Amino acid sequence: MKHLFEFLLRQGDNALVLGHRTSEWCGVAPALEEDIALANTALDLIGQTQLWLGYAAEVEGKGRSANDLAYLRDVYDFRNILMLEVPNEDFGRTLMRQFLFDAFQVPWLTALCGSSDKRVADFSGKSLKEANYHLDRSAETVIALGNGTEESNTRMQAALDYLWPYAGELFGEDDTDQAMQAAGIAVLPASIRNDWDTKVQGILSDASLRTPKSTFAHFGGRSGFRHTEHLGHMLATMQILQRSYPGAVW
Amino acid sequence: MYAQMVKSEATKDDPEQLAAFQARIDAGEKIEPKDWMPEGYRKTLIRQVGQHAHSEIVGQLPEGNWITRAPTLERKANLLAKVQDEAGHGLYLYCAAETLGVSRDEMTQMLLDGRMKYSSIFNYPTLTWADMGAVGWLVDGAAIMNQVPLQRTSYGPYARAMVRVCKEESFHQRQGFHIMMAMVKGTAEQKRMAQDALNRFWYPALMMFGPSDKDSVHSSQSMAWKIKMNTNDELRQKFVDETVPQAEYLGLTIPDEDLTWNEENGQYDFTEPDWNEFFDVISGNGPCNVDRLSARQKAWDDGAWVRDAMNAHAEKKAARKLAAE
Ligand SMILES: [Fe+2]
Ligand SMILES: [Fe+2]
Ligand SMILES: [Fe+2]
Repeated sequence: MKHLFEFLLRQGDNALVLGHRTSEWCGVAPALEEDIALANTALDLIGQTQLWLGYAAEVEGKGRSANDLAYLRDVYDFRNILMLEVPNEDFGRTLMRQFLFDAFQVPWLTALCGSSDKRVADFSGKSLKEANYHLDRSAETVIALGNGTEESNTRMQAALDYLWPYAGELFGEDDTDQAMQAAGIAVLPASIRNDWDTKVQGILSDASLRTPKSTFAHFGGRSGFRHTEHLGHMLATMQILQRSYPGAVW
Repeated sequence: MYAQMVKSEATKDDPEQLAAFQARIDAGEKIEPKDWMPEGYRKTLIRQVGQHAHSEIVGQLPEGNWITRAPTLERKANLLAKVQDEAGHGLYLYCAAETLGVSRDEMTQMLLDGRMKYSSIFNYPTLTWADMGAVGWLVDGAAIMNQVPLQRTSYGPYARAMVRVCKEESFHQRQGFHIMMAMVKGTAEQKRMAQDALNRFWYPALMMFGPSDKDSVHSSQSMAWKIKMNTNDELRQKFVDETVPQAEYLGLTIPDEDLTWNEENGQYDFTEPDWNEFFDVISGNGPCNVDRLSARQKAWDDGAWVRDAMNAHAEKKAARKLAAE
């Protein structure tokens, strides 16, 4: 049960942290169509958060709710990968991150549709529809911005170079992953690495961007051992009402 | 209201054509983009629809201010959905205005350099979570008051945009009311936030309908053209009459000591907003005017490289397609 809880937190926290970062774009995107698309992505991700964290809370069995998990845990209890918590910086980094994550989510959720846990399979099926749509859009945007102008190409390359060392954590493996695999609940993330590599290489090359050579990867998010400094600030904002007015119902 | 101070443009067209145009409007016909229309009608509409579109866009900012601090996942999702709707409203309205011969980029430029306005209400700050309730309840509520009749406005694309917008606005209004309900049922601190939000938003909400009819000299032409369907005071009265019982239901006090039910004419007597404050706000001296416009300017400037790149990419793609044919 501990491993299932851990696994569900990773699912939920990835969605929550990326959803929150995406929601920071509200009203200030480069064009009205992007405002709408970003709000829509954030909305999907917050919806997914409710599913995964709701189930996590149930599995934990301590009477906590999805909201308790989202709003009353501190940094070291979060299980999202580091790439999703770093600041948006500019629209280029925001969309590049979205693409690197979507390219993982599609094969990952596809595999989870065959989970031995019925709810994991159901939630994955529902999230997969959204992930497919997100991937189409983020890949298309990366290609457009990679090829657009000299400035946009430079910015997209910088975004990729910055994010690249964080992408490897998508494929982390520990006791939890192994326990999930043994129970038929999930596959090992490493098993979809080829799919991800192929998709990412293909799109980056269509976008006239150079895939960084380094294979170095920062870890610490999905284990919770060592997050970036950015997560605490994000939580300070996100959790302020629940922290300031304990027990209030909103 | 989202177009509070739109002056009707004078018109120098041929009297016979004008009479025929007026006859179509009087007969309840819709004017479509390709139809002949007086220059004044076109210009007044551009200003009104543009001002409404800008209001939807700038209106995202005070609510965006709380999306990252929404207290629960449900509230965060609801607020995101609402702000997404508002951006969609902006899009429909810019499209409607474009049928009159002015592009979205031109209108944006006019917003940024101050030639076009947006509703005064969005120049007020949102300070606590209760403001998300008050904005939905009062601001979207006032928007509905104004926009429901505009579904019958004479300009076809505007009327059709309003039909889509109105459906969503009533949803926003209910959502805001529910936030207020939760607050007044909550702790003493939450109740205090709710009352404080009402105190700050009541008069600015009343201002949304524009100046008093006696000071609003520009309405009659717009009313004849059915660009404006009711006078400012009519709509304001309707808003007060519908909102006071809702405030009572919430157990909140409208910040107007002279508010009384008038048995004789079956409506509330209420205190007019401070019109000096209103004119200050629309001339740039509201609490947030400078910040709101600079936020829009920054978004526009920061996004320039993205828009340029998207255009350049689209052009390259089109050129490649052409070369391949
Ligand atoms: Fe709206
Ligand atoms: Fe509106
Ligand atoms: Fe609205």
